[in-house]
Amino acid sequence: MAIQTTENAIEVSGLHKSFGKVHALRGIDFAVPRGSVLGMLGPNGAGKTTAVRVLTTLLRPDAGRVVIEGYDVVRDAAAVRRRIGLAGQATAIQLELTGRENLEIMGRLSHMERRSVRGRAAELLERFDIADAADRPAKTYSGGMQRRLDLAASLVAQPSVLFLDEPTTGLDPYGRLGMWEIIRELVGRGTTLLLTTQYLDEADELANTIVVVDRGEVIASGTPNQLKDQVGGDLLEFTVPDRGRLDEAVRAVAGLSDATPTVETESRRVKVPVGNRGSTALVEAVRLLDAVGVDTENLALHRPSLDDVFLAVTGHAAEARSDGDRQAAPPARSSAGVAS
Amino acid sequence: MTAIAVPARARKGPGAAQMARWAVSDALVMTRRNLLVWMRVPAYIVFTVVQPVIFVLLFRYVFGGAIQAPGSGGYVNYLMPGIIGQTAAFATFATAIALAQEATKGVIDRFRAMPMARSAVLAGRLIADSIRMLIVILVIIGVGYAVGFRFQNGVAGAVGMVALAEAFGIAVCAVSAFVGLAIKDEESVQAFGLIWIFPLTFVSSAFVPIATMPGWLQAFANNQPVTLVINAMRSMALGGPHFPLNPSLWESLVWLAGILIVFIPLAVRSYRRVG
Repeated sequence: MAIQTTENAIEVSGLHKSFGKVHALRGIDFAVPRGSVLGMLGPNGAGKTTAVRVLTTLLRPDAGRVVIEGYDVVRDAAAVRRRIGLAGQATAIQLELTGRENLEIMGRLSHMERRSVRGRAAELLERFDIADAADRPAKTYSGGMQRRLDLAASLVAQPSVLFLDEPTTGLDPYGRLGMWEIIRELVGRGTTLLLTTQYLDEADELANTIVVVDRGEVIASGTPNQLKDQVGGDLLEFTVPDRGRLDEAVRAVAGLSDATPTVETESRRVKVPVGNRGSTALVEAVRLLDAVGVDTENLALHRPSLDDVFLAVTGHAAEARSDGDRQAAPPARSSAGVAS
Repeated sequence: MTAIAVPARARKGPGAAQMARWAVSDALVMTRRNLLVWMRVPAYIVFTVVQPVIFVLLFRYVFGGAIQAPGSGGYVNYLMPGIIGQTAAFATFATAIALAQEATKGVIDRFRAMPMARSAVLAGRLIADSIRMLIVILVIIGVGYAVGFRFQNGVAGAVGMVALAEAFGIAVCAVSAFVGLAIKDEESVQAFGLIWIFPLTFVSSAFVPIATMPGWLQAFANNQPVTLVINAMRSMALGGPHFPLNPSLWESLVWLAGILIVFIPLAVRSYRRVG
């Protein structure tokens, strides 16, 4: 039986799944409005892949309920499968076959007419920038191209809800940017998207809403900005090379915000929380420091990343660090990485 | 809200006839896909075609001179049904390995999240592998003819022999499909395949008359299914008093039916449990 739901394409409530003594999911709840992007963020072993497998009808939940486009994933699995697309972290394309053959086979297996399959495959090859290599075996493709082909294969039958399980894991920065561009375009066409990632900047970049998952539970959720607000907004940072003038510099910038600047005497580094007025504060700081004639180095605005959010809500750093340009904590491969 | 509206589309799932059509067409799409992959990889062709050809030449010219075979036409006639049976059994390595790869790579997951028939992955694999096996068997027969082999029992006998070899191959494929899906690790699957396929094919009547083996081994060799199948194949291919058709034919058919009845459900079950 299909339930007429609200505007949510995905509704998950009280989801539990255990494998023997391992509790992979311990009561997950979230909803994804139609046409939006949910980023599911968490370290390896957090339960992201298990959640995707339940949502895509591959695993039966022990308890709880998942409704996709009005259909229950357990009772109406066949109806759900006609409406979803899944692209996994392992590429599911057949490397010996050409890009075109891979797409056409996926289309035929989705019960599309032969003729429309052909047109759809050609269109996707063009759109995903694989057209030139369409008739070469996929094993000759670059990693980024294979991943794009994999994504294209999940889109042949035009699913209304798409699941991407770590779509950029293992790609080089160029490949990641290419994937991001394609994902943004998809969302622009109205596809509902659930994206899992260990990369904090990726969720930040692509998702309307983020749920942070750790050890089978949702430990935080909200828009990227809401999550960042939890850790206190922008931070202005600079170093004073001349230790003798450190106090003077701190006094000069003290008026920038209500919060008290923190000073790391050892490294002569000053940090001023400036809420959400980062850019203005940056200009003002330059002016104020200039007025008192203090030289500074590495004056920078640090926007809180989801790294900070993760650290704040879990007490440990996310295991896999994104290769972004943040200057936050050093790579923390702490105990969080033990779970698999 | 007193009642939940059930939209028309909810109940309007595909009917049984449509499901059956899809089951067939999905299996054929998978068959074509698997055959395309086989033809694209030179290593697969070498493993499946060249290797049995080497066996034919090796046994015909290297070992053959030392082996006294009953029946007319010398050792090559005795050998060929054995080689063909062995080829069918060996061909199933590829079944197990391909399914293990698909299970670990997430390909099967991907298919199971699609609206395709649940049976298509296994059905497409078995159909493709039996087509592949038939091609290899015909190549081997051609090579056999080049080195002196001749069918002695007419066209019907020859066709019967090929059909029994196919049936045998499909039964071993079912075992291999189960092994591949249950073990899932490519190397282990390969090693395990050697452990059960090698003794079964060599400790049989495939290459040498069982009477030349020590007594304790004869007890096993005489009663194991590979021997029964190959004896029946030999009887159909060669005829004559040395190779009686019964009881080896019906005994081997019982064996094959038993293997299929046990291992098809086991393969389906481990397919469902993949992941």
